[in-house]
Amino acid sequence: MFKILSKERLAENVVSMLVEAPLIAGKAKPGQFVILRVDEKGERIPLTVVSVDESGKAIRLIFQEVGKTTTKLGRLRPGEYISDLVGPLGRPTEVKSYGHVVVIGGGVGVAEAYPVAKALKSAGNRVTAIIGARSKDLLILEDEMREVCDSLHVCTDDGSKGRKGFVTDVLKELLEGNTPINLVYAIGPAVMMKVVADLTRPYGVHTMVSLNPIMVDGTGMCGACRVTVGGETRFVCVDGPEFDAHMVDFQELMTRQRMYLDKEKMALEKYLREGAADG
Amino acid sequence: MAERGGDRFKRKPMRKRPPHERIRDFHEVALGFTEEDALAEAARCLQCPNPTCIPGCPVEIDIKSFIGFIREGDYESAIRKIKEKNNLPGICGRVCPQEVQCEEVCVLNRKGAPIAIGALERFAADYERSKGVPEARRGEPTEMRVAVVGSGPAGLTAAGDLARLGHEVTIFEALHSPGGVLTYGIPEFRLPKSIVRDEIEYVKSLGVKIMTNVIVGRTITLDEVFAMGFHAVFIGTGAGSPKFLYIPGENLNGVYSANEFLTRCNLMKAYLFGEYDTPIYIGRQVAVIGAGNVAMDAARTALRLGAEEVTVVYRRSEAEMPARLEEIHNAREEGIKFQTLTVPVRFLGEDGWVKGMECIRMRLGEPDDTGRRKPIPVEGSNFQFEVDMVIVAIGQNPNPTLTRTVKGLNTSEEGLIITDENGRTSIPGVWAGGDIVTGEATVISAMGAAKRAARDIHNYLMEKKGAALGWIPPTP
Ligand SMILES: Cc1cc2nc3c(=O)[nH]c(=O)nc-3n(C[C@H](O)[C@H](O)[C@H](O)COP(=O)(O)OP(=O)(O)OC[C@H]3O[C@@H](n4cnc5c(N)ncnc54)[C@H](O)[C@@H]3O)c2cc1C
Ligand SMILES: Cc1cc2nc3c(=O)[nH]c(=O)nc-3n(C[C@H](O)[C@H](O)[C@H](O)COP(=O)(O)OP(=O)(O)OC[C@H]3O[C@@H](n4cnc5c(N)ncnc54)[C@H](O)[C@@H]3O)c2cc1C
Ligand code: SF4
Ligand code: FES
Repeated sequence: MFKILSKERLAENVVSMLVEAPLIAGKAKPGQFVILRVDEKGERIPLTVVSVDESGKAIRLIFQEVGKTTTKLGRLRPGEYISDLVGPLGRPTEVKSYGHVVVIGGGVGVAEAYPVAKALKSAGNRVTAIIGARSKDLLILEDEMREVCDSLHVCTDDGSKGRKGFVTDVLKELLEGNTPINLVYAIGPAVMMKVVADLTRPYGVHTMVSLNPIMVDGTGMCGACRVTVGGETRFVCVDGPEFDAHMVDFQELMTRQRMYLDKEKMALEKYLREGAADG
Repeated sequence: MAERGGDRFKRKPMRKRPPHERIRDFHEVALGFTEEDALAEAARCLQCPNPTCIPGCPVEIDIKSFIGFIREGDYESAIRKIKEKNNLPGICGRVCPQEVQCEEVCVLNRKGAPIAIGALERFAADYERSKGVPEARRGEPTEMRVAVVGSGPAGLTAAGDLARLGHEVTIFEALHSPGGVLTYGIPEFRLPKSIVRDEIEYVKSLGVKIMTNVIVGRTITLDEVFAMGFHAVFIGTGAGSPKFLYIPGENLNGVYSANEFLTRCNLMKAYLFGEYDTPIYIGRQVAVIGAGNVAMDAARTALRLGAEEVTVVYRRSEAEMPARLEEIHNAREEGIKFQTLTVPVRFLGEDGWVKGMECIRMRLGEPDDTGRRKPIPVEGSNFQFEVDMVIVAIGQNPNPTLTRTVKGLNTSEEGLIITDENGRTSIPGVWAGGDIVTGEATVISAMGAAKRAARDIHNYLMEKKGAALGWIPPTP
């Protein structure tokens, strides 16, 4: 059992939680994730370790309530427990000095991009970050990002904050500009990562993405998380989650993410109908 | 005796639920012996002066004696006799391939039908369970601590044996629930999870602590395990990494590894979706690739989840199928189809979902190094058939999560841990056993290896303790 120490709502559907997990906190590196199961009947879902608190005993998770599991999780209160939490999983980000790095986070992906930006900055890189959301109310971690970056670009789809448009619009300008870019690191919805990969490819800029397929065990045991990278099947939970964006078959990733769409929708609706009272 | 001579060579069959009934749910298929069945079957045993059955058992259960106790109606002594060697009798009585172990070498096998040793073992275990399992006896505490990695049959056995000898044992398990393949792989209808749970409780009652959600190599390293004050480590991490065919279309939606399919169903209880949160997809026309126990389990599970037609596709002929005969028989009874001498060459998709399979026919050539005749593709024999779901069950590779992160641990090319006959690895104080050493094998062989390792660990610990106290242990 893993105790929730504090909880904060960052945006309408985005929750930040500090969870006591000393063993994981002692080990987690940027780019790694955990798998959790909210309760006895719950599904196992992966979430990124956003940070470790000062005590070194708790980890911060930031998640968007998109379906039954994340909604259930978002309803837990400080002092309550998450049944199972395992990690850290996946290979950590390769943190070294690249030169000028552009880190891109879209939606809740900003939370996942934050630890990477911070680590890359500490390693001596010049970090430019681009973060975006649908609208001002959904934008998260702006201040935190500003703190760990040399320059920050904010954009919203509706123009309610920063610049109107997509994160990729800003990236396009940076690519066309005069400052050389040594690495682009993108994390967010698969379609955003695909557009980033397509944009940087003609410029030959090395681009890394952190993939988010459906997972079950997270230890290489089931193969649910497989994706095609460079024509080969890889397991994202153990071989990734980060891969060279120019090698990833994003179409396959997006198709596989939708495998249970109808069932997920059913489960969420049923939960909201029946579980509304105890929220 | 003479008047019963006619029965001597006839084996008591185990009662089973009829196929049409059992394919609608996940309850156990085989029902076990009644007391009457057990007494009749035990009465057939010759109580041989030199029983040939015992060397056939990988953990050397005193089969003759436990059957002798059943003959006398002393079931408590029977189960106690079994438990001298086997902490998991309810599990082994259900899943061991007795037909190629103890029963194969039972003298009666030459003269008629061997004693149904597995069924009798199961009877004794179930009898005890129905009466409430007595408190286990532990050894004098030795103050020596052992860490066990993995809670499959190998880990549970090593832990149980070492705890009984008085050592303090902690198991670290990666998943949220202990049991390894017994929990996530073998389905409810063949091995009820309540039995796995009870037998794990028994191991715990010996004093074993189980810490779930800990991946050794990730959550804690092997070095840290020693730093936590453990004096020895046993690794039983299994062969849990699924093999794929690596042919076009294998990542289409609707194509599962058997591990994922069975894990969703067994560990995550996807067959109760609605009450439980993990979804599972079920097609109408299902192909299962491979013909081992895993393939049979996957095929029969798909049928129970509502598939209309399930076909096992196998590259050799029926005679070479690696699954237990009984399971092939059960599968066929339930309506599973078999397409032998066939291999898929690619999966065909539509909108990202599997819709068909292109296969090629095979013929059998000379025996290969496993002694089975080698399948050879028949050129130009390609054909297609419609499927909307595929389960790939062609085997597993060793689980790499631990071995990849440990320096100095000798492994084979495929990633299996190399040990001596007692399970000692290349790192002092570290033993290994089960599927991570042998590759995919059986529950009982994993247990046998764990028992040998436990014995050796015990000697090592007592020697270590003796050295610390300044005395030399007597040579055994
Ligand atoms: C390595 C990794 C790190 C991630 N980090 C974060 C994070 O920090 N914050 C965050 O908000 N989200 C993160 N995600 C995504 C998150 O796991 C999903 O949003 C979550 O599983 C949805 O579950 P649900 O039951 O609420 O929604 P559902 O209604 O079940 O599903 C909504 C969508 O989420 C995806 N999904 C569903 N089940 C799973 C599963 N078991 N594993 C993975 N994806 C699934 C599917 O694409 C699905 O269509 C991460 C995913 C991965 C693979
Ligand atoms: C579907 C299926 C059906 C089968 N049917 C039969 C049968 O009928 N009869 C039979 O005899 N055999 C059968 N087998 C084979 C048998 O189950 C295995 O041979 C046996 O379980 C091996 O035991 P083990 O303890 O070595 O490994 P496993 O049972 O695989 O257990 C290994 C455990 O270690 C854990 N682990 C792995 N890495 C780590 C780590 N780094 N840290 C912590 N924990 C870790 C895993 O999560 C797992 O729980 C079947 C196998 C399958 C998959
Ligand atoms: S070999 Fe067969 S008949 Fe002889 S003791 Fe063993 S089980 Fe009984
Ligand atoms: S999630 Fe099971 S292998 Fe990656």
